[in-house]
Amino acid sequence: MSTDNRAVVIGASHAAVQLMISLRQHGWEGSITVVSDEDHQPYQRPPLSKAYLAGTVNTEQMALRAPAAYEKLGVRFMLSTRVTGLDAESKTLHLDNGETLSFDKLALCTGARARPLPIPGTDLSAVHYLRTLDDVKAIQASASAAKTAVIIGGGYIGLETAASLSKLGVKVTVLETESRLLKRVASPQVSEFYLRLHTEEGIDIRLNTQAAELTGDGTVAQVICADGSAIDADMAIIGIGVIANTELAAEAGLAIDNGILVDEFAQTSHPDIVAAGDCTNHPNPLLKRNLRLESVPNASEQAKAAAASICGIEKAYAELPWFWSDQFDVKLQIVGMNQGYTDVVVRGDNKKGRSFSVFYLNDSTILAADCINRPKDFMLAKKLILQGVKSDPETLTNESIELMTLIQ
Amino acid sequence: MPVINYIEFDGSKYSVEVAEGANLMQGALDNMIEGIIAECGGCCVCCTCHCMIDPQWKDAAGSITSGEDELLEMLSERQDNSRLSCQVTVTASMEGMVVRLPESQY
Repeated sequence: MSTDNRAVVIGASHAAVQLMISLRQHGWEGSITVVSDEDHQPYQRPPLSKAYLAGTVNTEQMALRAPAAYEKLGVRFMLSTRVTGLDAESKTLHLDNGETLSFDKLALCTGARARPLPIPGTDLSAVHYLRTLDDVKAIQASASAAKTAVIIGGGYIGLETAASLSKLGVKVTVLETESRLLKRVASPQVSEFYLRLHTEEGIDIRLNTQAAELTGDGTVAQVICADGSAIDADMAIIGIGVIANTELAAEAGLAIDNGILVDEFAQTSHPDIVAAGDCTNHPNPLLKRNLRLESVPNASEQAKAAAASICGIEKAYAELPWFWSDQFDVKLQIVGMNQGYTDVVVRGDNKKGRSFSVFYLNDSTILAADCINRPKDFMLAKKLILQGVKSDPETLTNESIELMTLIQ
Repeated sequence: MPVINYIEFDGSKYSVEVAEGANLMQGALDNMIEGIIAECGGCCVCCTCHCMIDPQWKDAAGSITSGEDELLEMLSERQDNSRLSCQVTVTASMEGMVVRLPESQY
């Protein structure tokens, strides 16, 4: 491979770091430039709402790699620089500092951004979204002076943030428009557990409650709900999901459909442009359907396929999705995708204590599992799903039958 | 900074300085040692930063938590001296520590 080749990565992310390492492993001798609108070298995103917000991890520990590692890799960063245009035909990027940047190979690791909440008052100070390191620094600054916080959205980000803020001594109320927490992603049994957990920990969870307006004199003071109730809030955090950053790719004429469309090799519809991470809609050969995922393992594993594609090697991305969430003393590990489940089986007791697993079955095939403080079940569930093991509620609920014995 | 000796499954040896307070996983990642995969980035959830610590440094590596123990239990390669490298914080007493990496992460 020629040293004249120029690879450019947009986004200083988990995907970008894996991509640059894999490029060098595959013998890429050309330049690697990472352009990012953030002012930080790549950092770990999952702890943002967890250990970092709670103050148990510092900014230095958030770095994905030490600066010296990037020197060894020969990677150049252009930080605080936004790509404003992508001309796929001339293979040129336009930057917000007026410069242009030419590439031979481009990787779009543009990620996703927080979905804006279209109600009045979100421009008040002490109202935050949570997506970046700078977002969390701003949240910590607000929290240091706050007695009360309202979190809008009872998904994973909202619940993790609630747990972390409460550790900082802030009284937290969570508003969820649906009739249960985590409705889009988890079974009623898991939702019920998280409601109990947060209630036990002193969080005020309000279901079927929609925020209508944020009010205050310069700084937020109250959240007004659609039912007319008002909740005191020295700060507010909005966590209602994300939107994939596909605009650059769309403007360049790449195929888009709920994310940048790529194949299992992370190749976009343009031969010299790959994409990886939250921004992609990709086929999963194991599940035989397309997915757009928001997770670190997805970003890293897809980036390996993307780097291989850049180097002319076909390495399919075919992994079983998995996720995790930390709230209070509860570690949730999720494996598989539960969409289309017909049965939910609880192993252990979801109504008492803080340790059980939920299996999602479709016609006796195990699709997914949510493992609450049960790392062993998680590891075994991964194997059971990959092997396409069939089981039944009687077996799975019977804890005297070891899951290990179901593995073929 | 203590020097840690990482030995990959094929015998390749890397002697690198790792800052006190960092963990063994980060030390491997920062030095491009491929035998540590670290899918989750050090949150003790994925079991892909497995390592074996030579017995003389076992105590220096500190105690094992129940979550780490349960994850390790699922590995067929587990040895008496197995640890998840993300859970081992580097201290001055680890100077010269030998950390071996397993075949499954090779």
